[in-house]
Amino acid sequence: MMTLRAAIRFGFSALALAALAVSLPALAADKIDPVADAKAFKKFFYEKFPKLKPEDFVNGPYSMDEGLHKQWVEKEEFPPYEFAVDLGKEMFTKPFKNGKTYEDCFPNKGIGIRQNYPLFDEKQGKVVTLELALNQCREANGEAPYNYVRDEMAALTAYMAFTSRGKPMDIKIPDDPRALEAYQMGKEYFYTRRGQLNFACSTCHVQSPGERVRTEVLAPALGIMNAMPIYRSEWNSMGTTSRRFVTCNSQTRGVPLTPQDDEYRNVEYYLSYVANGLPISGPGARP
Amino acid sequence: MSMHRIVLTALFLLAGTAVALAASEADYKAAYAAADAANKEAGALRNQWTTTASMLAASKKAADAGDFDKAVDAAREAEELAKASIYQAKSEKELWKDMEIR
Repeated sequence: MMTLRAAIRFGFSALALAALAVSLPALAADKIDPVADAKAFKKFFYEKFPKLKPEDFVNGPYSMDEGLHKQWVEKEEFPPYEFAVDLGKEMFTKPFKNGKTYEDCFPNKGIGIRQNYPLFDEKQGKVVTLELALNQCREANGEAPYNYVRDEMAALTAYMAFTSRGKPMDIKIPDDPRALEAYQMGKEYFYTRRGQLNFACSTCHVQSPGERVRTEVLAPALGIMNAMPIYRSEWNSMGTTSRRFVTCNSQTRGVPLTPQDDEYRNVEYYLSYVANGLPISGPGARP
Repeated sequence: MSMHRIVLTALFLLAGTAVALAASEADYKAAYAAADAANKEAGALRNQWTTTASMLAASKKAADAGDFDKAVDAAREAEELAKASIYQAKSEKELWKDMEIR
């Protein structure tokens, strides 16, 4: 009788141990590790496009083949975003009604800081993108916020990006569980399929960069934020990061969220973080 | 039964089914409410589809024009689309991990 009981006990402990052994790797796999993510992300793209240098990725579709690269070189001679940069510069230094300017809202007067956005603001407890920071600056100075998808916002961010060209993306995730959660939510958004076409962001920008969707060449996800904002020939105008997300959603037949909703700011945080070290190339031009 | 009678009876029967099949305003309202509720649930999951919205609009437009058959059909399609978007949002809660670069 004793032996049977002992055997049963032994059996249970063995089972418990086995269960523990199985759950341990599962736990390890679920741990949020942005450093490892960024490393794997870059490795994936470097191996997929072995001929490209890391800094080429920030030119999106123009990095994908030689013909497109030539188009890009030619475009850069008379870049279509130039007007936006000039307008942005003018707007940036023009005083608000209270006499202050955008310069007063940003470190280093807003020059050469684009690579630090989005950042996690511990006071607000959320990701703050450059677009959001600009509108917060306006509101703090008694001005009405700009529409996130229109020309004024594109001009301001174009100018700020232009003053940061070549600087490596430098996104920080502070030691704050909320920051890590925002990063993780951004990652989840990026890989989540949505819309009637059942597309995730990654369907186009991880699985198919360099391929065509109708006449368009898809950009790689690596460094995709570094070029924002962009002048798109398809739009015949400048577009902000917000505009890009909203149109991506509707193209997959999903109802877009409101610009600067949590999901959009978080996915921008994720995509910018995994591109850390790659140069800012914005404002960009795209077909 | 003369041939005449048979034809007449058949005609009456057919007319009867046609009346039974034609949708009423109440049918439209019920179908639309069900579709709208499903679409709101998709909205709470942050995953509405543009095609659901189009079908809901088409349903309302048909109803306004008095074509309740068409309105009910569109509302039912909207409900199916909304349900598919709910299914997608729920299943993607886990499935997204399969796409992740590791």
